[in-house]
Amino acid sequence: MTPALAIAGLRTEFRIGGAWHPAVSDLSLDLMPNETLALVGESGCGKSVTAMSVMGLIRPPVGRVTGGRILLEGRDIAGLPEAELESVRGDRMAMIFQEPMTALNPVMTVGDQVAESLRIHRGLSRTEALGRARALFEEVKIPSAAARLGEYPHQFSGGMRQRVMIAVALACDPAVLLADEPTTALDVTIQAQVLGLLSDLRARHGMAVLFITHNLGVVAQIADRVAVMYAGQIVEQGPVGAIFARPAHPYTRALFAAIPRLDRPDQALSAIGGRVPPLDAMPDGCRFAPRCPLRRAGCELPQTLEPLSEEHAVRCHVAAHA
Amino acid sequence: MLGFVLRRLLAALPTLFAVLTLVFVIVRIVPGDPALVILGDQATPEAAAAVRARLGTDQPLWRQYIAFLGAAATGDFGSSMVTNRPILAEVSAVLPHTVDLTAASMVIGIVIGIPAGIWAALHRNRAIDVAARLLSLLGLSFPVFVSGIYLLLLFALHWRWFPVISNADLDDPLDRLHKVLLPAVALGLTMAAYITRVTRGAMLASLSEDYIRTARAKGVPWRRVVWVHGLRNASIPIVTVVGLYVGILIGNSVLTEIVFNRPGLGKVIVGALNQRDYTMLQGLMVIYCFLIVVVNLITDLLYGVIDPRVKQT
Repeated sequence: MTPALAIAGLRTEFRIGGAWHPAVSDLSLDLMPNETLALVGESGCGKSVTAMSVMGLIRPPVGRVTGGRILLEGRDIAGLPEAELESVRGDRMAMIFQEPMTALNPVMTVGDQVAESLRIHRGLSRTEALGRARALFEEVKIPSAAARLGEYPHQFSGGMRQRVMIAVALACDPAVLLADEPTTALDVTIQAQVLGLLSDLRARHGMAVLFITHNLGVVAQIADRVAVMYAGQIVEQGPVGAIFARPAHPYTRALFAAIPRLDRPDQALSAIGGRVPPLDAMPDGCRFAPRCPLRRAGCELPQTLEPLSEEHAVRCHVAAHA
Repeated sequence: MLGFVLRRLLAALPTLFAVLTLVFVIVRIVPGDPALVILGDQATPEAAAAVRARLGTDQPLWRQYIAFLGAAATGDFGSSMVTNRPILAEVSAVLPHTVDLTAASMVIGIVIGIPAGIWAALHRNRAIDVAARLLSLLGLSFPVFVSGIYLLLLFALHWRWFPVISNADLDDPLDRLHKVLLPAVALGLTMAAYITRVTRGAMLASLSEDYIRTARAKGVPWRRVVWVHGLRNASIPIVTVVGLYVGILIGNSVLTEIVFNRPGLGKVIVGALNQRDYTMLQGLMVIYCFLIVVVNLITDLLYGVIDPRVKQT
């Protein structure tokens, strides 16, 4: 089966003080239809940059994609001219964002915002597109859908706005959905509802979902596989069960250790000391080494992603040969 | 929407009332008896009393105030002390010229200013942007009596495309358009300079918003992202500046009227000042303030059309 999305050797650079530095380097991952891959890591590790690169939304002078292939349903879309990318964006691949409060245009009715991609990609008339938008509103469970099409984003709550965003993304029935922390800004009960909705929709449409999050609880609930990112690289990748049962990379372990446990009294909050190295001062060897409790000889060398089992791989010479 | 319009209309009423009161007070504070100003120092007491009775200035202040408000409410602003013609007639004789000039300048300002501002924003800090900013600074620093004279020298004297005296025949639309063009360019270029700057800033702000990224992620073509999603969200400050500037144009186009020899409200105001025509000034102030209130009302209503969130408050 062809992956819905296959990224191979992606490299995205940003300009800092006149020089280009990679924010994502040599990133590869495959995403099958009807599969959810969680991309996990702390802020600034390159999760969003990866999604934005796939969408072709990183363009000079801010940033540039300098290497790798991005195969969407087998077709390489890396480096396509803007006009051709526009015809793919919002049609075969779609994206939803973290901030439902600001991600919708405040001066356009939500119905028109959903209808817009249908009019652009499917050539529907406004009336036809609005009719389709109404069905989409019902599918994402917005109550009294027909009446709310003509309302504006400020008349919706945060959770409802995120449902509108999802309707916008689903409008053209995309093969790949990139979800960039779609529930982070929502409160916990709404978050659970939206996650449930996303799982349903994925199953019904057979979509491949790349789910970006820093919340491991969300990962456990929604993901089939997990890729852990650190400083622009994937440091560990595997099925969700294996990662949760046997986290191999010291960074993954530190992430799990940072979750407070309810079954033990009086524990100090465990945080990872230090910070992510800045883009213009990236170590040559293991990028986590400066913060790693298991640091030893060999960590100063560049690390490769080594298989632990058939589907589980880790970028750490200590963990790989333990 | 109807409720919003009614609320805005009601909100404009106190402003008008305050303006009328202020004008009334100012005219009464000005030293000198209007009757003596009309008749001169040598007037007999009887003649002066007769004039005061005609003007109503022999009445107690509160009575004058009520009479003044009542007259203003019925659109009666009295007559000129100098010519004895009704003020409304004097104003409506020149108002079409002023409206022509204001509207034409506004169109020129918008048609040049908005695309230039967007263009500058899209090429931020590159040659086009720097050029647009320099040109708009130049436009702002050129007073209209300088740019107007250059325009006359070039287009009226050298090429003879336009007349030097732009006193148009109000019954001939083509003549009005022909004669308003040159002065409108002089005023419109300054306005375009303002609009360019405001549009550039507002577009830079709106294009960096999250919903622009959403629109691009939907595959909306960039041109549509800019002109639909970006511009509509940037239009509140643009409409504000246009509204303010139109208010300024209505009363302050006297320099343009003099340079281009056209009739207009500005000239009437300056004429009344020179002749110490107090009743005329009082009426003109009220009419001018009324026009400003109307322009502001239109601006307010446009806010509601552009941004649905405005209608809620």
